[in-house]
Amino acid sequence: MNAQELLALADDELILGWRNSEWTGIAPFLEEDVAFSSIAQTEIGHARAWYELAAKELGTDADAVAFDRDPHEYRCAPLVEARLVPDWAQTIARHWLYETADSVRIQALMNSDDPEIAGLAGKIDREEAYHRMHADMWAERLRDEARFRTAVDELWPSALGLLEPGQRGRLCEVTGRDPVDAVERGEHTEELRPLWEEMTMVRRSIPGAAW
Amino acid sequence: MNDTEFQAYVQEGGQVETGDAMPDDYRKALIKFIEMHGNSELMGVLPEREWILRAPTLQRKLALTAKVQDEVGHSQLIYRVVEDLGKPREACLEDLVAGKTKFHNVFHYPTKTWGDVAVIAWLVDAAAIISQKALLKCSYAPYARIMKKICWEESFHILHGRDCILALMTGTDEQRELVQEAVTRWWGPLMQFHGNPIVAEDDPMYHWRIKSQANEDARQQFLDGYVPQIWELGLTVPDPKLRQRDDGVWEYSEPDWDELKHVVTGHGPKTEERLGFRRWSREETAWVRRAVLADAA
Amino acid sequence: MIFEVFRQEREGQPFQHGGSLEAPNLAFAETYARELYGRRDESFALWIVPRESVEEVLDPYVADVFDRDYRRVDGYSLKVKLKEARERAGTAGTG
Repeated sequence: MNAQELLALADDELILGWRNSEWTGIAPFLEEDVAFSSIAQTEIGHARAWYELAAKELGTDADAVAFDRDPHEYRCAPLVEARLVPDWAQTIARHWLYETADSVRIQALMNSDDPEIAGLAGKIDREEAYHRMHADMWAERLRDEARFRTAVDELWPSALGLLEPGQRGRLCEVTGRDPVDAVERGEHTEELRPLWEEMTMVRRSIPGAAW
Repeated sequence: MNDTEFQAYVQEGGQVETGDAMPDDYRKALIKFIEMHGNSELMGVLPEREWILRAPTLQRKLALTAKVQDEVGHSQLIYRVVEDLGKPREACLEDLVAGKTKFHNVFHYPTKTWGDVAVIAWLVDAAAIISQKALLKCSYAPYARIMKKICWEESFHILHGRDCILALMTGTDEQRELVQEAVTRWWGPLMQFHGNPIVAEDDPMYHWRIKSQANEDARQQFLDGYVPQIWELGLTVPDPKLRQRDDGVWEYSEPDWDELKHVVTGHGPKTEERLGFRRWSREETAWVRRAVLADAA
Repeated sequence: MIFEVFRQEREGQPFQHGGSLEAPNLAFAETYARELYGRRDESFALWIVPRESVEEVLDPYVADVFDRDYRRVDGYSLKVKLKEARERAGTAGTG
């Protein structure tokens, strides 16, 4: 697995974690606020772990990789870029689709020839089990809400696009959904640039500083 | 027990549990005080949460998210106590966003830079922790118990704050200037934070042993603990009168008590915007509470 | 629904009441209990109980009308009898 592929994984987790932390303090109710915040933190923690691996290959540090690239250099998928606050139905739809798709690719990575990658994937999978439980629990609870079903339908093409073509069949199997044309990774949505500007504003204000 | 006996009971250290008989005035005073605390934790999230998104390293992003998460968690604990006393959480939140109830002055002010993030975690949290430690002795036992958990979790916040400050103070001139500028701006609200000195005999909160530390004692404790820390870093405080006397008491310029009153009654620089933001997010997520929490709106 | 959470601080210790939370059902309550009482690895185990299942008993025992000193350590006074027994055995003053 090369640095670019690692970056795709890391960027997905960072940007999704960033989007999920937009709910901190304003989630539908307080207990859920605390739970969802942990999920966001875990995603950023996983991003950090992938960045650290990529940083070794690129000869730099995780923060530099995470924050010092230009927007067009990020490898995240369109699914994670959208700002969904204040829509909880869309948020849970994305959460559920992402966790399901992510588990497909993480479990594949657990069989990687590279022991570092296989090891990290295993650790991540153990933590992701809680994310999947949380997502499944909410998906079950919102199952009868039309807005949730609509949101899943709308995000489905992007969810497929999170995965490499070879893994998409598995995602269809697991979700019981039919394949459609995927929204492919590669071109960023117009939401990424404003996100990047806010995300990097402090860091860019004093380049090279330690924080 | 009549009211006089009850007051003697709590003043001697007697503890009160949720189901115990208690004077109406005690219950009302408790609800008001504890509700304001819950409101403060929840409103305190808003000035900080923007900076989660802007945190300049992954470590800071994680630490700040965890800190803010703790604050939400504290509001959960606190509102549960209020609910068990008779005022449902939804009613508390409705009153908060309608501007009918109060929250601490410091959360009505803007955060302008990463310097504010560091100063809040270092000094504002320190001021709050002093008050919180005093509440460990509250006569109402369920509240005293959650204060234990709250104080324990706040210990991480102090270290995070100190770490952020020291990173800035050992950084570039510009970074040091961020800290100084933030300290200068936050000093007024910090000095007002513990409230104007009220004589204990006049304060029902002491009679009921809901509060057990005088406002001035809390402020002196804050100055004792933190002015040396501020000065040892080469930072200045915008009060030429600030000094410690030989007997240990800190002298300072009288804080603007009118300003404090003005702010906590809903006229702070950011009050309307933040309440509006909460109102908006509650409206947008009301359907979730209806769908998921049977008796909530 | 309100759920009460009991936590075991360390292995082998008694479960103690930690606090309460609101959740639609047990599955959600479990998720939230983990977060609120376990995200810092501060609990070894948790019990989650719907509040309505907890029965409060104040004044646990009503039996102070007649003396029941046979149930208490201070209900036994051995000094005098022990002295007499030792005198009989000739061992008084040696122990």
